[in-house]
Amino acid sequence: MIDKIDLSLVDWSRAQFALTAAYHWLFVPLTLGLSFILAIMETIYVKTGNEEWRRITRFWMTLFGINFAIGIATGIILEFEFGTNWSNYSWFVGDIFGAPLAVEGILAFFLESTFVAVMFFGWNKVSKKFHLVSTWMVAVGANLSALWILVANAWMQHPVGMVFNPETARNEMVNFWAVLFNQVAVDKFLHTISSGFLLASMFVLGISAWYLIRNREEQIAKKSILVAGVFGLLSSLMVAYTGDQSTRTVSKVQPVKFASMEALYEGKNNAGLIAFGVLKDTDKKIGDKTEKEFAFKIQIPGLLSVLTGGDRNAYVQGLRDHILGNEKLQITSASEKILRGKYAMTVLTSYKKARYNNDTALISSIKTVFNDNEFQNRYFRYFGYASVEKPDDVIPNVTASFYSFHLMVILGFLFILIFSVALYLLFKGTISDNKWFLWIALFSIPLPYIASELGWLLTELGRQPWIIQDLMTVTRAVSQISTGSVITTFILFAVLFTGLFISEVSIMVKQIKTGPKH
Amino acid sequence: MTAIISQAFLQHYWWIIVSVLASLLVFLMFVQGGQSMLYSLPANDIHKTMIINTMGRKWEFTFTTLVTFGGAFFASFPLFYSTSFGGAYWVWIAILFSFTIQAIAYEFRSKPNNFLGKKTFDLFLFLNGSLGPFLIGVAVATFFTGAMFTLNPMNQVRWATHWYGLEALLNIRNLTLGFAVLFLARINGLLYIINTIDDEVLIKRSGKALIVNTIPFLIFFLFFVISLLVSKGFAADPLTGVISVEKLKYLHNLVQMPFVLILFLAGVIGVLYGIGITVLRRSSSGIWFSGAGTILSVFSMFLIAGFNGTSFYPSLFNLQSSLTISNASSSLFTLKTMMYVSFIIPLVLAYVWYSWKAINNKKITESEMNSEEHKY
Repeated sequence: MIDKIDLSLVDWSRAQFALTAAYHWLFVPLTLGLSFILAIMETIYVKTGNEEWRRITRFWMTLFGINFAIGIATGIILEFEFGTNWSNYSWFVGDIFGAPLAVEGILAFFLESTFVAVMFFGWNKVSKKFHLVSTWMVAVGANLSALWILVANAWMQHPVGMVFNPETARNEMVNFWAVLFNQVAVDKFLHTISSGFLLASMFVLGISAWYLIRNREEQIAKKSILVAGVFGLLSSLMVAYTGDQSTRTVSKVQPVKFASMEALYEGKNNAGLIAFGVLKDTDKKIGDKTEKEFAFKIQIPGLLSVLTGGDRNAYVQGLRDHILGNEKLQITSASEKILRGKYAMTVLTSYKKARYNNDTALISSIKTVFNDNEFQNRYFRYFGYASVEKPDDVIPNVTASFYSFHLMVILGFLFILIFSVALYLLFKGTISDNKWFLWIALFSIPLPYIASELGWLLTELGRQPWIIQDLMTVTRAVSQISTGSVITTFILFAVLFTGLFISEVSIMVKQIKTGPKH
Repeated sequence: MTAIISQAFLQHYWWIIVSVLASLLVFLMFVQGGQSMLYSLPANDIHKTMIINTMGRKWEFTFTTLVTFGGAFFASFPLFYSTSFGGAYWVWIAILFSFTIQAIAYEFRSKPNNFLGKKTFDLFLFLNGSLGPFLIGVAVATFFTGAMFTLNPMNQVRWATHWYGLEALLNIRNLTLGFAVLFLARINGLLYIINTIDDEVLIKRSGKALIVNTIPFLIFFLFFVISLLVSKGFAADPLTGVISVEKLKYLHNLVQMPFVLILFLAGVIGVLYGIGITVLRRSSSGIWFSGAGTILSVFSMFLIAGFNGTSFYPSLFNLQSSLTISNASSSLFTLKTMMYVSFIIPLVLAYVWYSWKAINNKKITESEMNSEEHKY
């Protein structure tokens, strides 16, 4: 009933989606943040009537335009790749996932694309106020777009608000508000958009710093630093706060991911928070997987227990608890979950056979089983485990999870420092004299991009082997097409995206060197 | 109100929404139509700049409508999304590829240091303009001619050929609709140029090109429509859902749904009237008649494909795997939730219209192209 899956097909399909998503995410955060920075700058222009602010707005708007189009180009591919490369997944969750995607199109994309035309071309065609409203609408539209796709992604991390319908062999939504206000969705949305604001602020700060290094465009640069500094500092504080919230939620709803990002194998009370560490292999194994330990670490004692459980003595679950089970904590072992998942799959298969044979008595009796709470809670919730071969397969890549998480957090604190120093020097009136800081600001431009990509690496790699946590593995989600087709399109997209990326950077650098029009 | 909101009602409601989006998409592909004539229509560089700029101010509407069309299809008929996209892989990838290269071409083409060069980006626009409408036409034609797939009991798709959708290009009827959509997009592109650009020479050239493009459009369109009306179709039993082949199914649909026939005829007349007043009376308003006609005819074609117990995505490999609006739809709850969301569409259309007019209140001129700061 469910065919054997070609693993190289799965890997190439994952690679293609990762390639598209990684490129997409190089452009989108700048759109999210720069759109608000433009709106703030134009508001100052409209309020003060100072033409200098109009010039500033238009300069950053040119850079926004270059970046905006390529974000859209990569975005459409992502949307359709759900169907082209993950068709089994599309059916399994289409009833839930499709809704946010359609809302995104109707509500957000039209808002964005309608008003972006007015924003670019309307300077001499519409009134100042209408133009300003359009710029704000672009910012709202862009960020609303992020909301709906993040709601969908959050559902993949923590599926809620649905029931499985054996008739159609898919999950069906029963509570839209539960999907929308899923705690993971709320955390993810706030964390993601604030990271976009931060990234755009660093972009503006770094480029403005370059002008000051070159003794050019001093007024424009300082005014831009003012907006970017304030917006960036607030955003970086919000990133830290929402990041903390998000991690706490992960510890509750995706404990295996949480244990992996902390590289915590043995659960413990009074667990320390690893500020940073270096991992190395040990002789110990869980299943076929080698356990890691710290060759070096900076640890704050007890803090992980405090952050996740509220006090120092709180128990933080480790990977072993989840793979081997922990009776005291009533954590079911992965092998038991696999057995229960296989049983649930057998019941579903029997149901489908009964349907095929039109065996009404059997259909009715299996339906009764399906509607039974005991079956749902004890067996069907582990349905996805039927596709897991051995218990240690549910452990994600610990090294990748640990480093991506910790590097992202370290960079997050660095950003708070950079924006604080920028504002301090600006208000002190010495920012132009402190060339060392201007160089730091310039070379910091790529850092939020790195942090942002690391965040997504953690989100997606940390969830493996699942495409939908506990319900469906990536191996079951993939479209049954030829591996050769996917390899070909992977190469096509890799060449195209790389060409476009070089093109964008090259145009951007030229525009920055040319500077604002006088 | 709640009494009539049955699953069947919502399936029809959502098919109408998807059809509206599809018809708007085909109309908005006047942008692609204009792009496809980049090498033939302009007499000089300034003409080319004007054409690219008038199309460039609308490309995002077409793009967004395509994305929304995909999203709405996913939300309301996810089994189509997973079946067609996951099986006819190459057709959809080719469509995607052609739209991806368009999205950046406008913004990048005239910027200094653009790495690939202006000519490459213009080629991207041409390729999107030619391939986009053609391939979408071919893909939509398979709604009538069928595709080679089967679904297992878990509703997972298996494609029956190693061509993964490319085999659609071997069917003459699919090709015919592809070309009809391409030439319709070119006609609407020309009418839009005539409506929005103030340049006598370019308008004259567009008028001539209009006649040249109308002839193949009529040939391809009539061939497709006639072949559709005389062809067999795929009917779904309303009680059991069993699919069977029915002779003259699409003709029966038109006869049994006279309002669709009226919409279809009104649409065709609208397109012809738009062309007629432009050629004969030198009117610049032809795009509105032709545009409305395009919307009506595409809308009615979609209704013929999905309404009246018809399979809108027939399987030629395993007839009982064929998709209907009944077996491919989302659950009652999702369709209902989405219906509430769709109530916002008139508001969306209102601000789109308002902004459209705000940008189009002055025609594009040569002097604007030489002065405007933000131009493509």
